[in-house]
Amino acid sequence: MQSQQGNKFTIPIGPQHPALKEPEHFEFNVDGELVTGASVRLGYVHRGIEKGTENRSFVQSMYLLERVCGICSHVHATAFCLGVERLAEIEAPPRAQAIRVLVAELERIHSHMLWLGVGAHEAGFDTLFMYSWRDRETVLNLLEDITGNRINYSTNVLGGVKCDIDREQAAAIRQGLDFLEERTTHYLDVVTSDMMFLRRTRGVGVMTYDESQRLGAVGPTARASGVARDLRVDAAYAAYDKYPVNLVTETAGDLEARFVVRIKELFESFRVIRAVLDDLPEGDLTTRMPRRVKEGDTISRVEAPRGELFYYIKSNGTDTAERVKVRTPTLPNMASVLTLAVGHQLADMPMILVGIDPCFSCNDRMVSVKGTLDSQCWTWEQLRQYGIEYYR
Amino acid sequence: MTLNLDKPWQPVLDKIKTWARINSPWAIHFNSGSCNGCDIEILATLTPRYDLERFGVKLQGSPRHADILICTGPVTRQARDRLVRIYEQMPEPKFVVAVGSCALSGGVFQGCYNVMGGIDKVLPVDAYIPGCPPRPEAIIDGLVKLLTQLQEGAAPEQNEGENTSAAAVEGAEIQLDAQANGEAK
Repeated sequence: MQSQQGNKFTIPIGPQHPALKEPEHFEFNVDGELVTGASVRLGYVHRGIEKGTENRSFVQSMYLLERVCGICSHVHATAFCLGVERLAEIEAPPRAQAIRVLVAELERIHSHMLWLGVGAHEAGFDTLFMYSWRDRETVLNLLEDITGNRINYSTNVLGGVKCDIDREQAAAIRQGLDFLEERTTHYLDVVTSDMMFLRRTRGVGVMTYDESQRLGAVGPTARASGVARDLRVDAAYAAYDKYPVNLVTETAGDLEARFVVRIKELFESFRVIRAVLDDLPEGDLTTRMPRRVKEGDTISRVEAPRGELFYYIKSNGTDTAERVKVRTPTLPNMASVLTLAVGHQLADMPMILVGIDPCFSCNDRMVSVKGTLDSQCWTWEQLRQYGIEYYR
Repeated sequence: MTLNLDKPWQPVLDKIKTWARINSPWAIHFNSGSCNGCDIEILATLTPRYDLERFGVKLQGSPRHADILICTGPVTRQARDRLVRIYEQMPEPKFVVAVGSCALSGGVFQGCYNVMGGIDKVLPVDAYIPGCPPRPEAIIDGLVKLLTQLQEGAAPEQNEGENTSAAAVEGAEIQLDAQANGEAK
């Protein structure tokens, strides 16, 4: 297949591919083993959730929005609840806010341990994958104990939370955290000292501070490049002002730094959960929520395990949202993958891709870049016409 | 591939085939629009606590090596063609397992403009595993039930006579074909 271009090929990967569990299509231009260009085609998991919320009441929408992403379902519901509560001018009781923080941090533990396993798997280090997923079952047990489901907990309701923490559950959480803390210390040791693993991570996919600012990276991906940005600190929501989080940053910007940042964030999560359990306010779990939400619009931002999660909610005074816009952290991070890929070996591609902790089911939102149409606001007919022409 | 030698040892050969098929089913996983919840539970079944590999089930990267297609999520319009293509690439006999509420019926995404509904709108499904997401125990139970069904010899015989070229576009047609073939036998 050698053409006049020499050893240049285009390698298509996906949408079904063994590396990731989610369908997405990548094309890598390679010269020999070196990647010279990368492009991505998103949208295989686009389900039309934002439009779906317009046909559902606020309460129903919450269950739909929880399923934007199964890994970080709680933060999606939290972002939506906080926004709608602000529109309705009510505030969840302090105990509910504290439980939201507690579940969010447990979810962060589950998400980071899951990512640690997947990252290790891409590096060919399946032992670490199996160990970290075994230990992750501990936190899933705790979540199941509190909420009744391993994944998609639906802890939140508009105006509060559903589940309480009693003394026995608190004791179980502490016990689980002690075990996880011991294991996490071991993992931190492994990812910073195992020579085989370091050959795959140290100095690979380096993103400098300037570059991460230019590409708009968010979350642990940006924090590994020294960007001190975390919504739990910068714009504390729920009860994070009461249980402050310490920022974890690294300066190297390579894959090793991303492993270290996420593992160190686990320790922060353990500490915050213990602080919540030590000082859980007494009181009600819910406050009365009106069925109709006052007219207005609001922006709600929370820190998902992968970075900043942004919700824009507009209400028209009925029990249904007029517009919900979701911006998930994988989309801004995806630009960094395509840029960093250039100049690396093809074999490093899975690692660089997994390095941002991609979540395509979050990611596949409808994005229209200004300039393709005169108006930014698409009517139903325009959208339909666009769809028909797209698939023709 | 159907090996029909019409020889006295044919029943023995069939028995060996069924034995091998039940003891080492290779699975491929395709997410056609799921929220990831089911995907990570499928992955969790392969990890030490649940360890699906003790039943011989191995998750495979390529559809051409796989016997079982594990589908999660509702079928989005973009993923539909790929799902059908992956199903076509799998060698006969093949089985489809739908995991999760969305794969069963579209679930919470019913009515969204880009969602076609459950997996059975596109492919013939052999086993349904409900739940949002189903627990790993439920996924193991579903797969073991499918394998037990194979032991009794019901499903594979029906699928073997199926015409591959017709086996794509409409799930309903395939099911009818399979039924017709079954009756012809």
